[in-house]
Amino acid sequence: MDMTAFASKRFLVPGLVSLILLVLLATSPLYISSYNVILLAAILMYIVLTVSWAFFSGPTGYLSLATAAFFGVGLYTTAVLGKALPLLAVVAAGGLVSFVLAFIVGAITLRLRGIYFAIFTFGLVELIKHALLFWEITVTGTRGRFVVLVGNNTIYYVVLGILVLLLLTVYFVRRSKFGLAMQSIGDNEDAAAHMGVNVTLVKVITFAVSAFFIGAVGAIMATRWTYIDPYVAFNPLFSFLPVLMAIFGGLGQFYGPIIGAAIFAYLEELLLTKFPYYYMLIFGIVLVVVILYLPDGLIGLIQRARQRWQKGGLTGKHANT
Amino acid sequence: MRILEGEKVTKYFGGLAALSNVTFHIGKGEIVGLIGPNGAGKTTLFNLISGALPTKSGTIKFKDEKITGLKPHQICRLGVARTFQTVKIFANMPVLDNALVGSFFGTPTSMSSADAAREAIESLELVGLSAARAIPARDLTLANQKRLEVARALATKPELLLLDELMAGLNQTEMAEAMELVTELRDKGITIFMIEHVMKAIMGTCDRIMVLHHGEKIAEGTPREIAKNKTVVDVYLGA
Repeated sequence: MDMTAFASKRFLVPGLVSLILLVLLATSPLYISSYNVILLAAILMYIVLTVSWAFFSGPTGYLSLATAAFFGVGLYTTAVLGKALPLLAVVAAGGLVSFVLAFIVGAITLRLRGIYFAIFTFGLVELIKHALLFWEITVTGTRGRFVVLVGNNTIYYVVLGILVLLLLTVYFVRRSKFGLAMQSIGDNEDAAAHMGVNVTLVKVITFAVSAFFIGAVGAIMATRWTYIDPYVAFNPLFSFLPVLMAIFGGLGQFYGPIIGAAIFAYLEELLLTKFPYYYMLIFGIVLVVVILYLPDGLIGLIQRARQRWQKGGLTGKHANT
Repeated sequence: MRILEGEKVTKYFGGLAALSNVTFHIGKGEIVGLIGPNGAGKTTLFNLISGALPTKSGTIKFKDEKITGLKPHQICRLGVARTFQTVKIFANMPVLDNALVGSFFGTPTSMSSADAAREAIESLELVGLSAARAIPARDLTLANQKRLEVARALATKPELLLLDELMAGLNQTEMAEAMELVTELRDKGITIFMIEHVMKAIMGTCDRIMVLHHGEKIAEGTPREIAKNKTVVDVYLGA
């Protein structure tokens, strides 16, 4: 087989699978129940959060727990601007506000390394939550806000659009010069700096881009909540779930976080509806088992199975000859 | 012509003077050795030149341009590349990608992808690693990891190369190859400033040697002069 055929086959199969999946997802509201549309939208939202988180934290190795902060900023942007602007403009605004916030916070804090950065980003969630509470109590005198309502299908399509945009961004950035710089920072930041990589700039931009998508998805999901206050919007669970989902799926590969988030989110819903009393217990056990026995996540498991199968296939051929 | 000049370079770690008032220069095209007992401040001096650490006082000039206060990536793009005492390769990336980081980001002018790839491959060829380009860097032997560090530094097209203990941990054959490589690089027009503990390597390749002890420059001269210098001999033999 010559190289071009090999290369095109390598890109053709995943490309075709993605296209079929996209068509299925795009047409699904036509033939599935509205409950399932809502469920799918929630799953897609988790995929956006997880992939955005992994986009920054995966290659650079900086553990960010700020996801809930950017998500909450998105939610609040819709609560504030929802009535004043058209929906897509509100979603873009949610993303942009998060982007700017992440840019400023990143520029100040991305010189912190390891655990200090993780703690700071988590502190950011609490900081914004309490700053908003203070503002609402002392300035506006009301707590929480009502959010404009939007049809389920609209929410679904906007989330799907954000996801497609995010996946394209991640795919092309990872293959670019910029992706190489991100990876070199994760491997050895000092060496990267000495090889001419402007490490601070790369980290801050990546952090801000990941925050853009988190904020945008927050902005659209706000319309599902009808009422939000700082406690609802800045729920620390949204910082931890993407991390768990990414580890569950496997961080090494492009599609690890996607599969992890999809299965994890579905599992959560399934357990919550089928076993409401044991849901957290079963969930906890599944997580512990995955982290103990699947260090590379589900993707690692799939790869090992495939390797074993290929080896088996080869020895089988040898036996025939 | 002087390519690098240091004027009263000083660095404190807490109350300890890691370097005090070190004045030095490197001529273009020279191979200069930097020796001294452990803790003499050799790597600290490299860290100040490459921008890894801020300088407390004194100035360092590269081609008559002050580089103290610049960030490591800026200094690298000006044409100063380095290797590290403890190898700092990008372990999870293929060998070629390691060099590509250098040619993409570290060169004085930015290059197209094709040019950067060519530059990376050329630098790998120079150190004899082009056959291993697809292997993850962590799977290389120590000697090859050190070669990779050199290749990665070369990919940034440096005029001055700082080599921090290139020979440490290499066997006799590998060391001979490394010495040959250093001379070859100089013949290509790259100025070399190298820290070395292996005396044979230093004496055989350097045009000039600087000796640091407790953060101060105690001697400077040709290998022959240094070998006969009484202070240096005292420091090394602990008289």
